[in-house]
Amino acid sequence: MGVEFSTSQLESAAIWAKKIKKSRTSNAFNWGRKHSLFTYPFVTACCGMEFMSVAGPKYDIARFGAEFPRFSPRQSDLLMIVGTITERQGPVLHRIYEQMTEPKWVVAFGVCASTGGFYQNYSVMPGADQVVPVDVYIPGCPPRPEQVLDALIMLQERIQESRGHNQMLEIRRTTVKENTHLPVVS
Amino acid sequence: MSQALVTELMDRFEQVTSVSMGQDAVVIVPRDILLDVAGFLKEKNMDAPVACTVIDWLGKANARFEVVYQLRSTTQGYRLRMKTPLDSEDLVCPSLTEFWSGFNWQEREAYDMYGVVFEGHPDLRRILMYEEFSGHPLRKDYPKDKRQPLIRRKAVTNV
Ligand code: SF4
Repeated sequence: MGVEFSTSQLESAAIWAKKIKKSRTSNAFNWGRKHSLFTYPFVTACCGMEFMSVAGPKYDIARFGAEFPRFSPRQSDLLMIVGTITERQGPVLHRIYEQMTEPKWVVAFGVCASTGGFYQNYSVMPGADQVVPVDVYIPGCPPRPEQVLDALIMLQERIQESRGHNQMLEIRRTTVKENTHLPVVS
Repeated sequence: MSQALVTELMDRFEQVTSVSMGQDAVVIVPRDILLDVAGFLKEKNMDAPVACTVIDWLGKANARFEVVYQLRSTTQGYRLRMKTPLDSEDLVCPSLTEFWSGFNWQEREAYDMYGVVFEGHPDLRRILMYEEFSGHPLRKDYPKDKRQPLIRRKAVTNV
């Protein structure tokens, strides 16, 4: 007589096999995603100068696979919010975020995009996270290129671990879908 | 140089008074004769509209607002500043766009930020703030951190 498994054991083993397979493939996808970020630079103010130096040959963001700025949100998956965001720009920024392809990530570049910076007045939004979910915030006015590269590496780690805002929502959505056969408890 | 112009202006219009402010020639022009004075200055080669703005003297009993026009003559090389006091109950000022069309957007900005209505302006709309904005943000009694958001993200919970 060999080893016997109960039905429930077999079922849970099958579920685990599925989970493992899924996590392996998502690992591979995430590895591909994190090394081929297509940036959409939403440049509104002085931080743009520092963004250019990061993109230029000296600091060379190309080493991380993110060298290719796309000037259409539909072709990009990393939104770089570079500079001051005013209240008037809020709907525009939100629409650009919605147009981007999924999965997508957002980096707030500089204190203005992160918190509104030193502007406390009628026109400046207190941080771009009022309208879009932000994954990584970079402090500094403007930040040094090293900080930007550091943030990019942090973002890559998040992408690999599926911890991007958008990816987490994705996981939540699929879980909800799988459980639709369950009775609704009110 | 511009002193001669100021003297000529004051001879022509009795209600115009001059105030000394450093080296700049500054005249105070009542609202009723602003258009006449502007026409006179236009004929005197004041051809460049430099700036139009408003000063808010919060707490001043009457004439809380003051519309300031800065003019320059590119041929003669001198400058002149005109100030028109306005009462906060009656914030209407004649528009000078018919003499200097360069004041078009500047008067729109003054309207946007201070709420001064420029009579005779061809297109008096807000220029910097959005249409939904209520109030005039550069007035001294506008709360300094009052924001009027157009859009706010819903808080994402349970992620
Ligand atoms: S953080 Fe500083 S450098 Fe960047 S946009 Fe704001 S004011 Fe300009």
